[in-house]
Amino acid sequence: MSATLDLDAVLADRHTRIVVCCGSGGVGKTTTAAALALRAAECGRRVCVLTIDPARRLAQSLGLVELDNTPRPVAGLDTSAGGHLDAMMLDMKRTFDEVVLAHASPDHAAQILANPFYQAVSSSFAGTQEYMAMEKLGQLRAQADRDGRWDLVVVDTPPSRSALDFLDAPKRLGSFLDGRFIRLISAPAKVGGRGALRLVNVGIGLVSKTLTTVLGGEMLRDVQTFVNALDTMFGGFRDRADQTYALLKDGGTAFVVVAAPERDALREASYFVARLDSDGMPLAGVVVNRLAPEPVAGLSAARARAAAETLEDAGHAGSAAVLTLHARLSDLAARQRNLVRRFTAGHPGIPVVTVAALAQDVHDLDGLREVGAGLAG
Amino acid sequence: MVTGKGGTGKTTVAAALALALAGRGARVLLAEVEDRQGISQAFDVPPLPPTEVPIVSYDHGGQVVGLAVDAKAALLEYLQLFYRLGRAGGVLERFGAIDFATTIAPGVRDVLLIGRVYEASRRRVDAKHHRHSDTSPLAYDAIVLDAPPTGRIGRFLTVGSEVAGLARMGPIRAQGDSVNELLTSPATRIHVVTLLEEMPVQETIDAVAELRGLGMAMGAIVVNQARLADGEDFPNASARAWAGAGAVADLTDWVDTLTADLPTVGIEPKPALVTGLVEQVRDHAAREDLERTHLDALQQLELPIVSVPALLDGIDPDALREIAGLLTDQGMAGRMTARATGRGTGGSR
Repeated sequence: MSATLDLDAVLADRHTRIVVCCGSGGVGKTTTAAALALRAAECGRRVCVLTIDPARRLAQSLGLVELDNTPRPVAGLDTSAGGHLDAMMLDMKRTFDEVVLAHASPDHAAQILANPFYQAVSSSFAGTQEYMAMEKLGQLRAQADRDGRWDLVVVDTPPSRSALDFLDAPKRLGSFLDGRFIRLISAPAKVGGRGALRLVNVGIGLVSKTLTTVLGGEMLRDVQTFVNALDTMFGGFRDRADQTYALLKDGGTAFVVVAAPERDALREASYFVARLDSDGMPLAGVVVNRLAPEPVAGLSAARARAAAETLEDAGHAGSAAVLTLHARLSDLAARQRNLVRRFTAGHPGIPVVTVAALAQDVHDLDGLREVGAGLAG
Repeated sequence: MVTGKGGTGKTTVAAALALALAGRGARVLLAEVEDRQGISQAFDVPPLPPTEVPIVSYDHGGQVVGLAVDAKAALLEYLQLFYRLGRAGGVLERFGAIDFATTIAPGVRDVLLIGRVYEASRRRVDAKHHRHSDTSPLAYDAIVLDAPPTGRIGRFLTVGSEVAGLARMGPIRAQGDSVNELLTSPATRIHVVTLLEEMPVQETIDAVAELRGLGMAMGAIVVNQARLADGEDFPNASARAWAGAGAVADLTDWVDTLTADLPTVGIEPKPALVTGLVEQVRDHAAREDLERTHLDALQQLELPIVSVPALLDGIDPDALREIAGLLTDQGMAGRMTARATGRGTGGSR
């Protein structure tokens, strides 16, 4: 049997400075992040919660009309313990623009911001979100170190095709920036050089020719301009991505994997747990959300079903329906318990906490408090 | 195209839709683009390679062919097919250009993924002459794509025009234009899978507005794990009638009735049991009322609504067949087949 995940202890521990909620889509990741942030704030932590979701779900949960790229104080908080809560939603284009403005000279920055390739990349293409999420997390953490406004940052991971993209962002960026390809495209001479082997030159010729054929000369020139312009700021960009990655590996970070009591969601959770482990990321534990409520004790599903049939035949349709519902709820609860038991048996030593499903959707602070209380066990 | 908020069961619905179409005799390509191996898990078959693999074949000719589209494989295939770059492909790989294109360069990945599906949609049975002959039948009568979730679907589907906008000429431009033309043609329909919960319903409504704004043709709204539509689940008609017209009945009535009825079937009506049972009814009824308001909101979209009940035992091939039957009964596969046939006579672009 695995240990129970004690999230209150994780939140209360002043060494915990970042909580990352991850897991597959639709398991209540965003709600969990918001609920943990609220709970930590009402326990006296100074918290910033970062959500990355374009559907503005956190905004709904927090009862906020608008979240932009700046952390905003959440109203209606119980601040008696001395904590506070700011919430923000990632605006990836604005974050990217800020990075450009911070790292490039004004001339270069203007050139980059006007480049059509940059405009497409920064605002509409998939993949940018993961990079910018890492960047924003780094920024928030740095700001917290600088002005002390927050002592805890709670992050909701992007709804990417695979939540693991969040972890991969700095590495991909790093390998891209270090790769021969980027050097080739930005300045072919650097790769070849005067004394380079003929074979390499043949290779470069082929690559350049192919790129021109496939992309078309004009697009290639746009890409080259873009890459060259970005070149001036790449160093700082990569350093920060590396720093954020290191920060995630740090003891001050707690990863919380969120799952639902369904086969597919738990399979994703297993995958995620393994991946965090292989990356050496500190896993606090697993939250299994939305567990069906425990049916009333003292009547088995089989007996309820048999009795329902008899009652139905005797014309007591109402009572029969009540017992049929009970049988169904019992079956569902048993199935979910079984799935969770199998998961915990397969992951000995990983703390798990289960959270009961709420009858209502969460869209206000009280709802989040209720979720938070459930998370705390 | 089957999209939906993450966790709503879009892979299951896509797989069942492919089965339903194949059950009516169509040759169906079922493709996924998110590296999740959802298709192989749903059908309980070994992980799919990045090539087309038959999964289900019926005697009458209907077939489901699975494809886990892989961006890297798609790019190399594409280069091979259109540029015959046998050696250059390897060189590109060594220089990291393939990695760049498929993982780093945002957007290119989506173009490749959707481009691969586009290619399959145009392929004809006689592959050798596919560039010359437009008279042989299409390789597939229908293609079902387990598409990215609602949060990404607009971006995914417009990637053709995004790229076309960036590349003002050249083959990428042509490819982007063609993909865009197919996606906005009536041959493409987008189905959205949802649960009757607030967030998935809101995302469904947002996605329909976005996709309609992009000129895409919508298909059905698939309500998954529906409790309402099957009429079998509690509170069924008789129980609801018995409970009275109100959403939540007078709890005292329920307590009295159960206390009287339970002993007739040998169950002792202990107060804790009776109260517990009544509370279960109340909670369930409250949830159902909430679901009803969500369903009302979906009906405002004026799209066909198809419902799939919750299957407690999880998704396996039997469950898929059951859902496929339900989709067919509700007309989803019929409409698709009609379109697929129309496509077959359409000639090539």
